This record gives sequence, structure tokens and C-alpha cells, in this order.
Amino acid sequence: MCTFRTFIIGTVTDGLRALAIASFAAGVCAAPYVPKDDTTVLERLPVRPGDPVARELRQLRAELTANPRKRETAVRLAERYFALATSEGDPRYVGYAQAALKPWWDLPAPPLDVLVMRAILKQYSHDFSGAMRDLDTATLEDPKNARAWSWRAAIHMVQADYARAREDCVALQKVESELYAVGCTAYLDGTTGKAAAAHRDLSAAFARNADAPPGVKVWVLTRLAEMSLRQGDSKQAEEYFRAAYFEPINDQFLLAAYADFLLDQGRPDEVIPLLVDWVKSDILLLRLALAEQALKAPKAREHIEALRSRFDAAALRGDKLHQQEEARFNLRLLGNKEKALALAKENWKLQREPRDARILLETALAMKDPAAAQGALDWLERSGHEDPGLRRTAEKLKALKR
Amino acid sequence: MKALPAVLLLLVASSALAHKPSDSYLAISVEGANVAGQWDIALRDLDFAIGLDDSGDGDITWGEVRAHQADIGAYALARLKLRSGDADCPAHATEFLVDDHSDGAYSVMRFAATCPEEVTTLEISYSLFADLDPQHRGLLRLEHGAATRTAIFGPERSTQAFELAKISALTQFLDYGREGVWHIWIGFDHILFLLSLLLPAVLVSEGGRWHAVTRFPPAFWDVFKIVTSFTVAHSITLSLAALGVISLPSRLVESAIATSVVLAALNNVFPVVHGRRWMVAFAFGLIHGFGFASVLKDLGLPQGALLIALVGFNLGVEVGQLAIVSAFLPVAYALRASWFYRRLVFVGGSIAIAAVAGTWLIERAFNMKIISP
Repeated sequence: MCTFRTFIIGTVTDGLRALAIASFAAGVCAAPYVPKDDTTVLERLPVRPGDPVARELRQLRAELTANPRKRETAVRLAERYFALATSEGDPRYVGYAQAALKPWWDLPAPPLDVLVMRAILKQYSHDFSGAMRDLDTATLEDPKNARAWSWRAAIHMVQADYARAREDCVALQKVESELYAVGCTAYLDGTTGKAAAAHRDLSAAFARNADAPPGVKVWVLTRLAEMSLRQGDSKQAEEYFRAAYFEPINDQFLLAAYADFLLDQGRPDEVIPLLVDWVKSDILLLRLALAEQALKAPKAREHIEALRSRFDAAALRGDKLHQQEEARFNLRLLGNKEKALALAKENWKLQREPRDARILLETALAMKDPAAAQGALDWLERSGHEDPGLRRTAEKLKALKR
Repeated sequence: MKALPAVLLLLVASSALAHKPSDSYLAISVEGANVAGQWDIALRDLDFAIGLDDSGDGDITWGEVRAHQADIGAYALARLKLRSGDADCPAHATEFLVDDHSDGAYSVMRFAATCPEEVTTLEISYSLFADLDPQHRGLLRLEHGAATRTAIFGPERSTQAFELAKISALTQFLDYGREGVWHIWIGFDHILFLLSLLLPAVLVSEGGRWHAVTRFPPAFWDVFKIVTSFTVAHSITLSLAALGVISLPSRLVESAIATSVVLAALNNVFPVVHGRRWMVAFAFGLIHGFGFASVLKDLGLPQGALLIALVGFNLGVEVGQLAIVSAFLPVAYALRASWFYRRLVFVGGSIAIAAVAGTWLIERAFNMKIISP
């Protein structure tokens, strides 16, 4: 694997190239090459051409190419691509979805279905204010639009604007079925100091809706696991994680949460089989590398280098979407506390969920700089968030102040 | 419309970007009216745009990429416009390779473009994948002289113009000077040759035995003569070779340089040449000059500033040499009477140098790999 920087150094002269490459970690960086023979496999496509998903996508694309202004097809294609983006975690699909909506993308007031889809794509790139503008218009135009309300709630949760998230959940109750409506409120309550009640409500609603699709089940079970953890019940949390894991659907966010749970429990050996096939995903590769480092596994070095070059590439591009993960990478895998804290602080300006608070508190503690984490300490106070681990870290930080 | 379960989406909002997004890496260097480039584009993206997986098995093989080389070149270069002043600089692909980046395999296309006259402002229009993936970005690295800058291309910034600073003679002079210093610093064969000649400078040979010199001035003048004659000699051949007056096969030159190091080092242990080491330095300096010239040729000599580059590089080599000498001489003088210097450094060091250079000689003469210098 080779970063942009090293390949550029490599083009100066042959002599200097050898030196530049040698000075980088041996075996990590390679120069451009001509493969040995024609049968060498260079890349595996994530969606196999014969796959039903690929067939449907091909068909929709063909329809859209024939008639790019056919809105129904465009929105359906965008939906499909967005679903792929969330299951595969690959932002390319968000770009493909955006391209499908091109005729409407810059309109001030596109039709409702485009408006909601556009908001969803905007928030993916962390354009929260742009997304919120579209969702405001959409909910005004169609107060019964469940998706628009649930996305508003989602964005307000990320911004820790719990009062507005509550309004969205209330509006959602009028237009959505039980499990979804309860899910919204329970997610909010579970984050803001009422984990026991949230757990009770959500598990009851879940029991009454046993026929929910696997994707929804995974979501509910992951939330129930988090609520259990916040109540200090790691045994019950693990049962939820395992149940979610055995649902017949891939979910990166479940895998990340489950891996974090195992790492916190000091069981890195169980993380390896969970994530070994997910090295293409940055967020999961980070967890895998953390586990490998804890076990002093030989693969750790290679995976740390891979993460480093991916973060370098994101920096070249000017992306700031990675900061939470990059902060953790710097703190735990590189031991670069200072940079970790700077990233965690930047990240907190954009996102304020419990894990964003956690990395800010942990990096501030590592730097013995409680003032840097004031935002997270205030949030903990105001939200009443219960997670025992977060509370312990906060106490240690406050002790430093005295 | 309820195509997706609404609540499921609640979680996703904050957890974007699990993968690296689509980027291409574009490196461009400008010299005079010529533009050279290397463009790394992800195979996945090319497959999405023009279809590479002919066998339809989901694997992209080198054979499939090779079969589509012309398509890749045509598709990509149609989406990259280089302009200088008001004129287009048409580009054509020169070489196709592959590289592994952190997120998968990339097609590496090298290309060349020629502008009608020397480029002062390079305008680049980038529209690769703009219609397919508005999230795609092109990451540019532009080199001109010693200056390097970077830029990001995307749908909002698809055309950017770059003023290329007129490279001043001074900058060019300093650049080549720096290369000269750098080369002597990494050119161990030159350093070892020089050291072999310098080691005896703080000693005098009387009746086949070495004694420490009693005063500093003779040692200093000895070193001065050696360094000066080495310099004069290699300047002569460096200039002649760089200007294309004489040209020798590099294998011969490299082998001869290794031989010179062996002989100079052995002369310390089994003295044949006494006193007149400056003549040895001159004779072998002629050979080392050819070695420097090949480095200068690799760097590329700017037409129109040939002399500046040549003088700059040569002076850089001298500065590098002087730095080594001025670090060596005081220490050697201080230690000259000790057993440590006379046995271990002088004799032991000379034997070690001869051994290393002997290995180089075998490697270079027979084109083998034993150790890497």
C-alpha cells in the first residue's frame, strides 16, 4: 500500500526513489508495477455482477439513461444506492445516488420525494444545516411524512438538541407504527438519563412486533444492548448483541458497537473472528487493529499502516468526516495524545453523540487537560447520560481540576 | 412512501464514511513547454464508468485492464484539459501500470503533453466522473522546478489555473547545489575514497612505519592538496560528460570507482604510493567525475540553464566534501598519536573500506547483488 506522498517522492530520480521507498516502512509501500500475468486478480467488485441487487441497479440505470428526468426511477435508484452505502459503508454510492438526482439537485424547491432523499444524502456528508432546511420544507409540505420526521430526529440527536428531537418523536407518533414511534422516544430517553424506562418501553414494543424485518430488529437490539450497558448490565447487553449478530443481515454499526463492547470487556480475542472480513471498512478496521494490538498479533502493524494511509488520503482530500475515528486511532494506536485531543475537539463541534463525548473525555484525560473537555462535561451534566464508563472518566477529569 | 424502515435510519445519521471515498491522484510536472503526468484512478471507479469486468465474474484481472487500456486512456484524458495561455496542450498516454493504494488497486497511467510554448500559467480542467459521482475528487500535485503545490478538484472547482513562477537562475543554482550536497552525502563510494586518502594525512611514514605528525600545518596542507586535486579532476570530467563531450558506459565507470576505493584503502596498509597522494586523488578524481555526471543526467539538465546547473551541482559536491573534511580533520589530528587511531581506525578502517569496496567491485563488474551500497 502506498500513499500519495510516497509515490511522488518516488518520481524524482531512480536513485532517490529507492532511498525514499526504503525509508518508508519496508513492504508497506510499493511503486507502480506491471502485474506478472493476465490472470492476476487486481480487484474484487463489492457487488458481483450476477447479484440480484446489481441486476436491479443495472436496470434502473438503463431506464434513467434513456430518460434522465423520470423522477420515480431517479428516486428509486437513489434509494437503492443509499441502502448500499449504509450496508457497505462506501460513500461512492452516495455520490451515485446524488448523480441520479442531478436534474433536481440544485432546485430551491424540488418535489417532495426528491427533497427528502436530498436531505438524507446531505446529512451523510455532514451538511446538517442543508439537510435540515430540506427537512423543514418537507415536513411543512407534508406533516405526515414519517421519513422526514425520523431524519429530523436523527440529526437533532447527533447535534444533542434533545428538545427538538422530542418534538420530532411526538410528530412521528402520529404518523408511524408503534415500534418506530416507540423506538424514536426510547432512543432519546435512553441517551438522556432514562435508560431503564427506555429499555422497558422498547423491549415491550419489540415483543409485540416480533415480525419486524431483520434490519429493524438489528437496530432495536443494538439500542437495547446500549441501554443495558448504561444500566451497568453487561451480561444482558451481550445477549442483545449476540441476538442482533445472528440476524440475517450485515450491519456495520452493530459490528462496531459489539466490537467496542468486547474491547471494553477486555476480550480482544473475540473481536478478531468478528471483524476479520471487514478490513475495507475504516471504522471496523480500527476496531480490528485495536484488538490485534491488545493481543500483540503480527497483523497489527500492517493494519495500523493501512489506517494511517487512509487517514492521510482523507486529509489530502480535505475531509473532516473521520475525526472521531482518527482521534481514537491517534490516542490508542499511535500514542499521539496531542493530535488525538485536537481531533476530538474538532469532532465535538460537529457531532455530539455519546461516543463523541467519550473520545473527547478520554483524550482530555490522557493530556490531563480537563478544560479541553468542558463541552463534553457540560453535555454529561445537562443530558443526564448514564453510561458508567463515561461517568468514571468524567470524575477523573474533574478530580484533575481540583 | 415507506421504502425503508424509518427508525432504522436514526442510527445512520452520525456514522457516515466507513470507507475511503473515491479519489484519483494526479501528479503533474511542468518543464518548459512540456508537461509530464501520472494519474492513479481506482479500478472500481473505472469499472463503474466504462466496464472492465468483461468476464462478469466480479474479479478485475490484469488481462481485463490491459484489454481496456486504450479505453481508459481515452476516457480519462477526455476529462482532463490542460491549457497554457489560450492554447490547448494535448495529452497522450505513454505507459500503463498498476498500484495498490490503501483502498484497493488503481490503474496508473503516465502521460505527456506539449504546449506550444513555455508554460507560465497552467489551466487544468478536471471532470473525471463528474457526471457519475459528484463526491469524487481529483487530488492534484503540481511540480514546477523545486516548487510543489497541491489542489483538490471537484464539481464546484473543476477548473483551476496555476501561475508557474518564473524559475530564477538563483533558485535553479541553489536547487542543483542542494542536489550536489545530497549526492556526496549519500554517495558512500565517494566518501570512502576521500577518507582512504585522508586517513594517513595526520601520520608520516618513516622507514616503513607510520608516526604521528608533530604539527598541524603539514597535515592541513596535505589534506588541502588532496581535496583540491580531487575536486579539480572530477570537475573536469563531470563537465565533459555532462556536456556530452565524452561518454563512458556506466558499468565501467562504477566498477572503476569501486576499484579506486579498494586501491586507495589498500595503499594505507601496504604502502606503494608515498607522499604524493594528491596525484592519486587527481587520477582517480577523473573517474569519480563520470559518476557524478550520471547523477546529474538522471536529475535532468535544464536546456538554457546548463551552465548554472552544472556549476551549482559541482559547487554543491564541494560543499558536501568540505563538510566531511572539516568534521574529519580535527578529530583525526587530536587522536593521531593514539593506538586507537593508528591501529584501529587507520589500519582496521582501511581494511574494512577495502573489503566493502571490493564487494561493490564484484557486484558492479559482474552485475550481481551481494550488499547494497
